[in-house]
Amino acid sequence: MATLGRACLFLAFGIALYGIGASLYGARARRRAWAESGRRAVFALAGVLTVAFVVLESAFLRSDFSFDVVATHSSTTTPTFYKAAAVWSSQEGSLLLWVWLLALWSSVALVVVRRRAREAQPYATAMLLGFAAFFGALLIFFADPFTVSSPAPAEGAGLNPLLRHPSMMIHPPMLYSGYTLFTIPFAFAVGALVARRLDAEWIAVTRRFALAAWFLLGVGILLGARWSYVELGWGGYWGWDPVENASLMPWLTGTAFLHSAMIQEKRGMLKVWNVSLVLATGILAILGTFLVRSGILDSIHAFGASTLGTPFLLLIGGLVAGSVYLVASRRVELRSRHRLDSLFSREAAFLLNNLVLVGLCFVVFWGTFFPLISEAVTGHKASVGPPWFDRYTVPLALVLVLLAGIGPVIAWRRATLANVARNFLIPVGVGLGVVALLAAGAGAASHPAALVMFGCAGFVLAAVGQEFWRGTRARRAMTREPVPAALVALVRRNRRRYGGYVVHAGIAVLFVGVAASSAFQHARDVRLSPGGSARVGGYDVRYVRPTSKLASEKVSLGAVLDVRKHGRHVATLRPTRGYYPSMDPSLGPVGRYFDGQATSEVGLRAGLRRDLWMAIEPDLSSLQPIIRDADRRFASARPDVQAFVIAAVAARYLRHPPPATFRIIVSPLVTWIWLGALVVFGGALIALWPAQLAVRRRATAGYAARVSRELGRA
Amino acid sequence: MDPHRKRTIRLAVALSAAVLLAGALVYTSFTASTEARSPSQLARHADAGRSYQLTGKVVPGSIRHEGGLLLFRVRDRGGSASVPVTYRGAVPDPFRDGREIIVDVRRQGAVFVGEKDSLVTKCPSKFTAKKGPAAA
Repeated sequence: MATLGRACLFLAFGIALYGIGASLYGARARRRAWAESGRRAVFALAGVLTVAFVVLESAFLRSDFSFDVVATHSSTTTPTFYKAAAVWSSQEGSLLLWVWLLALWSSVALVVVRRRAREAQPYATAMLLGFAAFFGALLIFFADPFTVSSPAPAEGAGLNPLLRHPSMMIHPPMLYSGYTLFTIPFAFAVGALVARRLDAEWIAVTRRFALAAWFLLGVGILLGARWSYVELGWGGYWGWDPVENASLMPWLTGTAFLHSAMIQEKRGMLKVWNVSLVLATGILAILGTFLVRSGILDSIHAFGASTLGTPFLLLIGGLVAGSVYLVASRRVELRSRHRLDSLFSREAAFLLNNLVLVGLCFVVFWGTFFPLISEAVTGHKASVGPPWFDRYTVPLALVLVLLAGIGPVIAWRRATLANVARNFLIPVGVGLGVVALLAAGAGAASHPAALVMFGCAGFVLAAVGQEFWRGTRARRAMTREPVPAALVALVRRNRRRYGGYVVHAGIAVLFVGVAASSAFQHARDVRLSPGGSARVGGYDVRYVRPTSKLASEKVSLGAVLDVRKHGRHVATLRPTRGYYPSMDPSLGPVGRYFDGQATSEVGLRAGLRRDLWMAIEPDLSSLQPIIRDADRRFASARPDVQAFVIAAVAARYLRHPPPATFRIIVSPLVTWIWLGALVVFGGALIALWPAQLAVRRRATAGYAARVSRELGRA
Repeated sequence: MDPHRKRTIRLAVALSAAVLLAGALVYTSFTASTEARSPSQLARHADAGRSYQLTGKVVPGSIRHEGGLLLFRVRDRGGSASVPVTYRGAVPDPFRDGREIIVDVRRQGAVFVGEKDSLVTKCPSKFTAKKGPAAA
């Protein structure tokens, strides 16, 4: 099987090289048959890589430890669901997943756009195959997933316990789908530049893929944040870690592109900006893939120093140099047809939104790479922490949320006073009302940034609500439909616009959660023995009793916590810490359980108003002499006897519970982050969903004019 | 106003704002940053009270608890020089003997005191260059 897998990799590499040659020759010599052959090479590549991926996946599912990558990342006791997902927990498997997804998404793109952007398409195909050839070469020469050992070990090391969380299983495919989908607009932008076809066609052709990339990368980022919140035992969802930042940067520039692309489509403006944004987004996606593998930056995810840094650096250097050359050499063709009419217009709002997003990306980039920058400048490695990031990202985020409300209601070209009065009165009133209410009634004035964010969010929600209401009213005036039917029809007829509005509403909700949970969080680390209690954020938390549980894979030690407010019972939480055995035999049969990887299973009471979050870290120092003694006495005992001894140690923990350190967090509105993200993704799906042809045809010019009149935008 | 002149003024204002913001970004990053140091560098010289970002590996067998205080030693990634560190509060799940950690510390006498919530442990999960049965 390993031979088949490796043969597929070589075949894929060969197909990619052939496809590059065929596409370029077809484009240069204007031989359509060759270009078509290059296009078909992408489909063949997808097929061959699917076989390679299935071979590796089946090795994981069969626990075939002759595959090195299976032996080091799975075990017979790993649950089947996690065995399937353990493929991408390894360097080799994740690279194979990356290139496989690239081939699949490229195939989808080339099918969807087969009759469009004909001149740019062969170059785009060559670019996509170029990425595939690069990753294929990495798999063949640097990180072969099909390396085998003989004899095969009887048991594998197992999947890292920290990764045994459902969201971690979906997180990498989502991230990689986002990254690989962003290479599609990148490739078509390169194709358009090379072919000098710089109208809005390449944008129209790839816009849906850019949106899909943005959506899937966003889902990946959210799942990572959720995993961090419930699994890592520190209670946060974002830590400005380089690996987190690596995924955020292309998402930010991708967001900017989705907005500025509309300006080019509608007004023929911002051509240089758009093409630069797409090229930057594609390069940042590759940079994100590189960062998690290079080991050049200290990250909590610490994907060790590997040998992949140099090839990636060469690729990124080549992409940057090529992009700069292409944009500079096509600057005449990229000149815009129109100019900005007024600073008070939707175009200007979009442009400002772009500047803020790119500014945010630059801040994140600078902070992420600051250790390398400072070492180059001063000779000393230094890093900036979350307070530095917050100093810049908080005001930029405030402006961004404000613009999410301004964009939908301000007029194109030039806003008049009448337009401003008509469209902004209610949203501004709501925003100010929210600020006044929270400052006076909820004591939010102590955190001005959070208060302003709540006001901005109120403004956005009112602006979006107003747009929905006016659109529905206009439709009802024409069709006499009931409100729900008119609303659904309104959205169906203009999915992109109203999907975008839903995204804006979700962003506002999400940022309310971020602002509230950051500004009004109460957190304490307390050391308690059974019977002890602590007060955090107005809640009394009492350590009632210890708990222990033995499973085949781990020993869980935990606590029952009683949470009360003003003497009234609020919740009973059961945080535990799971101890997974180490594979290091020198640690002893009992000690290897307690010196292995430990993971927190947090006690969480999530609610719309606040989350109660608790994690435990038992102090096992009093058990250590007993564990060491057991290791000596039962070193060569039968496994069932050793299991009995481990159970006895756990029972002693129950009888004589040592003190434990608890992290207790009372955090308001965290749930709003997840709900807001769901709204964002719902909006993105609405915008992504293809409009039915019949529906599009029925949208007559007369109807459009009437709706426009009703909306006062004619 | 002449549209060309208007555009020039807008561009000048925008560029000035961008330069100012970039200047602030660069200045604050250098002034607010924490220097990264290895244990051997800190062992050679560390100003008392100044914050450093210590990166290294937890010395096996050095982790002790004294009440709510955690004591351990951190050594160079590729060497044996180590420094003692104290830390109060909850530590990340992956923290244990031999793990690579990053922690902001200040020297107090002969000991380096970890700053609250600054301890991060590298996730040993993925993409490690060296593999072995114990590399889970």
